[in-house]
Amino acid sequence: MARLVVMGGGVSGHTAATFAKKYLGKEHEVVVVTPNSKWNWIPSNIWVGVGEMTSNDVTFALAPVYKKAGIDYRQAKAVSINPEGKNDNDKPFITIEYTSKDKAGTSEELTYDYLINATGPKLNFGATEGLGEGSELGSHTVSVCTADHATHANLELKACIEKMKNGERQTFLIGTGHGMCTCQGAAFEYIFNIEKTLADAGVRDMADMKWISNESFLGDFGMGGLHFKVGGYATSSKVFSESLYAERGLEWIIGAHVNKVEAGVAHYELLDGTMNSQEFDFAMLIPPFAGVGLKAYAKDSSDITDTIFAPNGFMKVDANYNAGSYENWKASDWPKTLQNPTYSNIFAVGIAFAPPHPISKPMSSPNGTPIVPTPPRTGMPSAMMGKAVTLSICDMILKGATEPTHTSSMAEMGAACVASAGKGLFTGTAAAMTVYPIVPDFEKYPGVGRDMNGTTGEIGLAAHWVKHILHHIFIWKAKLKPGWTLIPE
Amino acid sequence: MAEKHVGHIEPYSAQFGTMIPMGGQKFLRTCVLWQLVRFVAINIRMTILILKSHH
Repeated sequence: MARLVVMGGGVSGHTAATFAKKYLGKEHEVVVVTPNSKWNWIPSNIWVGVGEMTSNDVTFALAPVYKKAGIDYRQAKAVSINPEGKNDNDKPFITIEYTSKDKAGTSEELTYDYLINATGPKLNFGATEGLGEGSELGSHTVSVCTADHATHANLELKACIEKMKNGERQTFLIGTGHGMCTCQGAAFEYIFNIEKTLADAGVRDMADMKWISNESFLGDFGMGGLHFKVGGYATSSKVFSESLYAERGLEWIIGAHVNKVEAGVAHYELLDGTMNSQEFDFAMLIPPFAGVGLKAYAKDSSDITDTIFAPNGFMKVDANYNAGSYENWKASDWPKTLQNPTYSNIFAVGIAFAPPHPISKPMSSPNGTPIVPTPPRTGMPSAMMGKAVTLSICDMILKGATEPTHTSSMAEMGAACVASAGKGLFTGTAAAMTVYPIVPDFEKYPGVGRDMNGTTGEIGLAAHWVKHILHHIFIWKAKLKPGWTLIPE
Repeated sequence: MAEKHVGHIEPYSAQFGTMIPMGGQKFLRTCVLWQLVRFVAINIRMTILILKSHH
C-alpha cells in the first residue's frame, strides 16, 4: 500500500486528492491535510462581498465529502517536511499541527510515499504597513480573499450605501495593496460589482470610484496583457479594460505600489518614483501572496528549506530559475511535470509552486521599488495541474513509472476566465476571456505571444450566465456528486 | 442621444483616450436573444480551449 499525502484542500489540492482516490482505489491511501474545515469556491466571494450571495452559498464542509470518498482528512496545517526521514528511519514524513477544535495544537508526524504541496498562498497583509499583521487583515480596509472577509466587506459596503442615501458622498478605492500583488482579477470583479450594486441602490452618483493597481497598464492581469480579435482588429486587453472602466465612470491609478495604509488614506509610490496619497471611505486592497512558511529538514535535522523552497516560500519544481533578465525569458522556463528537482516523490501545484519569473515585464521605480504583478496561477490552471500531477503519481504507484507521465505547463495550456461585472439574471454582465497559452510564447506566436484563434474576449449577459452556472457546476463537482468526473477542470 | 453614453467623460482625462460603447453595443450586451447565441459560442470556445489544454 502506498500513501499519498496532499497538503492543502483548495482547488488544486482537492482536485488532486479526489482524482487520486478515484484512480488508486481502496488499496492505497490518500490523506488530505488542510487547516480549513470548509471548501470555498473563491471566484464567487465577490458576490458575497456585495450581498448577492452568503458565505454558506460559496462554502461546504469538507469532512462528509472526504468520508464519502474514503479520503483520510486531517484538519491541520503542515509545518515541515522531512523528505529523508530521520534518525534510523528512511521513511519521509511531514509534521502537522491540528487546527480542529478537538485536537487544536496537537502535533503529529505523518509519513508519505508521495507528497503534493497544494498549500496555496499565505495572504501576506503584513507586507504593507497598515494593511494587516502577517496573514491577518487589518482594520482600515476590507478583503474578499475568504468568504468571511467577503461577508465583512458586504457589511461595510451596506454602511456606505446608507451614508450615501443620507447625502454623504463616499470614495471607493479598490485594487492591489502592494507592488508585487497578483489576483488583479478578483479586485477587477469587485469594483464592477460594487459599481452595479450602487447603481441598483440609486446612489451611484454619490460615489467616487477609483481603481489602484500594480499593473503597468490596465488589463495586464499579471499575464502581460493579451490580445484578441474584436471587429477585425487584434485588440489589446488594455483597450478592452479601459473601455469598460471609462463606460462605468471609474478612474484608475496604475503602476502603483501601496506602501502604507492608514485610516481613510492609502499612500503609494508610482513607477515614475513619485509618492502620492489617496483618501477613501471604503477600500478593498488585495494583499500580496507568499508561501505558507513550510520548513524542510534533512535526515540529520539540518535545515534544507532553501533547497526545497524559493526565497518567497514557494516550492521549487522543474522550472528554469536561472533565466535571467526579461529578454532571456522563454516559455520553456515554465515547469511541466511540477516535480521537485531534489526529491522526486514531491510535487507542487497551484499557487504553491515557485514560478521561474513573472509573466509581465518587470518594472521598478527610480527609487528601486519593484512594481510588477506576480503570475496568476489560480482557478482552472491550478485544477489542471492538480489532475496532471495526480495522474503521474498514479502511474508511478500503479504502473511503476519512474518519471512523471503527465505534464501541465502554463506555457502549453490555456485558461478560461469569466470576470463578473455585476450580477443579475437579465441585467448582469461579465467579461468572458480565453487565453492560449497562459504564458506567452513569442517564439511560437511572434508579435503578441498567443494564438489569436484561442485568445478571445467579450462582455455581456451570456458571460454572466456562464459564471453563475460554473458556480453551481464546480461546487457540484467538488462535492463529488453524480457525474463529477465528467465535469472538466 | 450620444451624450447619454459619453457625457460623463472628462476631456483629456485617461478615460478620454479610449473606446466608449454606445447604445447599440450596450443593447446587445443584455439582449437575451443575442446573448443566447453568445452563450453557445462562449461554451464552444471554452470547450475547445479545455481540450487543447489537457496533455
